[in-house]
Amino acid sequence: MSELTVTREAGRPLEEARRLAPLHETFTMSRRSVRLTLREVDGFLTSLILPVMIMLLFVYLFGGAIETPTEQYVDFVLPGVLLMCTGFVSALTATSVTRDMSEGIVDRFRSMGVSGGSVLAGHVVSSLVRCGCASALVLATAFLIGFRSQAGVLAWTGIAGVLAMFVFAVSWLAAVFGLLARTPEGASGFSFAIMFLPYASNGFVPVGSMPGWVQSFAANQPVTPVVDTLRGLLHGTPAGSAAWTAAAWCAGITVVAVVLSVVLFRRRTA
Amino acid sequence: MPDTAIEAVGVTKSYGALRVLDGVDLAVRRGSVAALLGPNGAGKTTMVRILATLSAMDAGQATVAGYDVRRERGKVRRRISLTGQYAALDDLQTGMENLCMMAELAGMPRRAAKSRAAGLLERFDLSRAAGRRVRTYSGGMRRRLDIAAGLVGEPSVIFLDEPTTGLDVRSRQSMWSVISDLARSGVTVLLTTQYLEEADRLADRVTVLDGGRIVADGTPAQLKQQAGGHRLDLTAADRAAFGRLRAGLGARVIAADAEERKLSVATDGTAAQVRALLDEFDPSRDAVEYFSTHGATLDDVFIALTGRAAASGSGAESQVRGDTEEAAHV
Repeated sequence: MSELTVTREAGRPLEEARRLAPLHETFTMSRRSVRLTLREVDGFLTSLILPVMIMLLFVYLFGGAIETPTEQYVDFVLPGVLLMCTGFVSALTATSVTRDMSEGIVDRFRSMGVSGGSVLAGHVVSSLVRCGCASALVLATAFLIGFRSQAGVLAWTGIAGVLAMFVFAVSWLAAVFGLLARTPEGASGFSFAIMFLPYASNGFVPVGSMPGWVQSFAANQPVTPVVDTLRGLLHGTPAGSAAWTAAAWCAGITVVAVVLSVVLFRRRTA
Repeated sequence: MPDTAIEAVGVTKSYGALRVLDGVDLAVRRGSVAALLGPNGAGKTTMVRILATLSAMDAGQATVAGYDVRRERGKVRRRISLTGQYAALDDLQTGMENLCMMAELAGMPRRAAKSRAAGLLERFDLSRAAGRRVRTYSGGMRRRLDIAAGLVGEPSVIFLDEPTTGLDVRSRQSMWSVISDLARSGVTVLLTTQYLEEADRLADRVTVLDGGRIVADGTPAQLKQQAGGHRLDLTAADRAAFGRLRAGLGARVIAADAEERKLSVATDGTAAQVRALLDEFDPSRDAVEYFSTHGATLDDVFIALTGRAAASGSGAESQVRGDTEEAAHV
């Protein structure tokens, strides 16, 4: 322990080192996951190109046929596309968690006393990075094809915050599915479930155009208030209490998913 | 720390209806190298995982480095390292990045972690490959890096689960010298292996495991004595000679094949003993047509110790990875 002893003697009390250990661990695991994500070239490109394709698909193929309150369909659809894309990219966390769990490296982390929370948090952080890149690309594409917004710096900060909150919640939920699945193929099923939610929301078509029973689902599922909040921030439309509802959904999902995933991690590796 | 680095009593573990370990006792002296020898599915990996706190036992007790593996898991973990059958490394990170990461997880600040990583790469003869992604490493390099990764936290007890399975002859030799060096540095090593020769070369004490039970325990010399160390294979001149030889050797026959007229007898492999044996059971010098000797294999040890062939796998010649044991974990 020569190096370790030196630094401890140099003034950092052991107590503090212990207290900071989980943070230090999470930081190290995050750097690992981000690095792996960026080097997994195929997967990374998919998570950049697919969102742009979805954006173009909606605006040019479906956009002409859909009646929306906004003048341009792209203005209406952008929040939905952003959520579908970040949802899809976050859901990939399930696959990467499953793959990690099936390899010997997690055993090594555990035999070193690294907590499951840090390992999974690393995956969630890399998901945030992936989603950040994908969102930036989607936004750039939107502006290129005519999207305009009056949002100021404050509103854009809010938009980034709302997206991060959403991605954080979905990624932790994906981690839970990743721990439940036995194969990466099984884990990828979660992506489809998450891709479905924005369809049944007010993200692509106004809720009023849906059959009654779908309407009540669409009005009460987590994606709808997030879409409303984003629209409010992008176009200054009234969002009412949507922001609070969105925050409550995301916080609730995150708390449940974090607890579940830590428990599952422990059980999976017992 | 007490004199015994690893002590286990009555370790029992089942996966469903399958009893993988059935009352296994083990005591490993501090600073020594111990080997768990056995075929696929004998329970070696399960035993190591229990001692490394990665699996819970159903019954029994174990201490590692002086701490109880159940009640003082954290303390045990800070003093051990486990290198499994499958390299626990990130293929997409370089050798340097992998080791740095492990050193940081062991609690070192960035700079100290870097110099520790560089030191380990040097020690395991991987300095030139430090900047390459692990994906491009050969099997032997990967195993060496894997062991290096286990050493970042300066463990006092090292578990090596089948460190040479699947390696070619040269990589195996270099792995053996790595393990011998580890032993000389004063740490305690518990390794599992399917190869008698490996246990013989490296271990001070060998525990033979079969079907979850200990069937033998002793120094390599003692074990080989029980197993014969070498094997003398005879081909009888004809059926009648085969019958005479077989009757004359009685219980000393460890394998017989009437179809091929072949018999095997345990021997220490010295010319004097082989000559004496041949003279003894073939005084007229016409019953044995051919003979050959070779080192005892794990199969021979098993036959000598248990009176039957090993439970599964083909023993020492087997290159198959521990799939049977692995499957039991899923």
